[in-house]
Amino acid sequence: MNTLLRFLFFAVLVRAVVLIWLGLNVRHRERLPEDGPAIIAANHNSHLDTMALMSLFPLKLLPKLRPVAAADYFDTGGFWGWFAKNIIGIIPVKRGSGKEGNPLEPCERALDRGEILIIFPEGSRGEPEAMQAFKKGIGHLATARRKVPVVPVFMYGLGKAMPKGSGLILPVNCTVSVGELLYGKPSYDAFVKELGASMTALAKQEKLPEWE
Amino acid sequence: MTMIWGIPTNVVYATAGIYAFLIAASGIVLALEWRGPEGKYQELADRTRSWWWMIGAFTLAILLNRTVSIVFLGFISFLALKEYLSLIPTRRIDRGVLFFAYLSIPIQYYWAAIDWYNMFIVFIPVWMFLFFAVVMTLKGETNGYLRAVGTLTWGVMLTVFGLSHMAMLLVAGNAVNPVAGGVGLLFFLVVLAQFNDVAQYCWGKLLGRHKVTPKVSPKKTWEGLIGGVATTIAVSALIGPYLTPMGHLWSALAGGVVSLAGFLGDVNMSAVKRDLGVKDAGGLIPGHGGILDRVDSLTYAAPAFLHFFRYFFVP
Repeated sequence: MNTLLRFLFFAVLVRAVVLIWLGLNVRHRERLPEDGPAIIAANHNSHLDTMALMSLFPLKLLPKLRPVAAADYFDTGGFWGWFAKNIIGIIPVKRGSGKEGNPLEPCERALDRGEILIIFPEGSRGEPEAMQAFKKGIGHLATARRKVPVVPVFMYGLGKAMPKGSGLILPVNCTVSVGELLYGKPSYDAFVKELGASMTALAKQEKLPEWE
Repeated sequence: MTMIWGIPTNVVYATAGIYAFLIAASGIVLALEWRGPEGKYQELADRTRSWWWMIGAFTLAILLNRTVSIVFLGFISFLALKEYLSLIPTRRIDRGVLFFAYLSIPIQYYWAAIDWYNMFIVFIPVWMFLFFAVVMTLKGETNGYLRAVGTLTWGVMLTVFGLSHMAMLLVAGNAVNPVAGGVGLLFFLVVLAQFNDVAQYCWGKLLGRHKVTPKVSPKKTWEGLIGGVATTIAVSALIGPYLTPMGHLWSALAGGVVSLAGFLGDVNMSAVKRDLGVKDAGGLIPGHGGILDRVDSLTYAAPAFLHFFRYFFVP
């Protein structure tokens, strides 16, 4: 039942909103992986980010798409908790230092099952359309699974369409720019730096209108 | 006028003519692709494929029924306004005003749908013009106010008011065009404007040497412009009497108006893109760019043709 609801939600509602109401200009779509395991690492501006990223993949991959989300924000019970878990299909992860064991273990297991993780290394949406420093989790994950490709994706416009605190979606044409695949390094720190540089380079290629 | 399936007979013939033209053009492109080196004609092939989609959608929507036609034309305004507002610098505080700008689309097309010309012609230039400024003023942010209200109003004029003249022509044309109705007038305008784009492009590619607007749009040449205008005038003189109440001579004149206005609309959008530092307004239509790159000529040609026609042919 939940699987069917999830399919309908993404096949009908999300696609209609993303393709008609918003509209995406996708650069280098061919760089997206055709199958899992893979990690999609994107900048984060809006709740719409996850929807836009998931709509880039064919529906047959939908069961494999797993957005990684903060447990304290999304895994809260109630309707939205159910929605995040069953319809969006999130993997809840505890934010923090990782002192109580490896918080990324569920992500590693998902990669081992061949799933495609969607991760926002900034950790939160923050100020819309402003990139923050990346957290280290993505580096740990890439280092733990060095054969799994990490796809940097730079997105612009979704923060204008639905910034933090707004429930209405303003029609905005958004840009999604897919970068070249990266692979984990022995040093997780070096990997996070490389990913950050790749993202900045993708952003630089775009002509972004002022928004203040 | 005689009808086939509720569509004026001449419009059915015109549609058949467009598809014949499209098939012939596709044949030429296929032959070029087959004989030429790999990938050389990729853009041309993309463009041709996109033409099939655009002409398919346009003819289907316009011939299906009145309501579908108006929703379709309104949707073009929506895509155009969205592309415009996504390209220009905007202020965060104006999010709410932008919603109102989008809301003006269904309202404006509604005036066209109920054939209320007087409201249609003042709603955006008067009421929305005053309203956007008021909303922005009451928000209280004066930093960048003039640029914000100026760019928004200008864009709504172009993409909503200008393009909505197509819907008005479709609805109001029925009473004044015994030859082929409002749909005949709309066909005449849209087909000529698009044909004119292609004709100017082809003449420019073939003979183009002297630039018309070196700074704004360096690819536009006098040869392309003159060749395009002449070709469009010839075609309009030929088809005008079958789609409009105008004779050959008036049709030729109308073709000149559409052709020149189309050129100016195109150059106008080029100036916008150059100012913003982008090559295409978007990526919606493969080979063409964004929707604004396709309807830029109509933002000028639609109002110019409607008012030309109204002045001379509406009692």
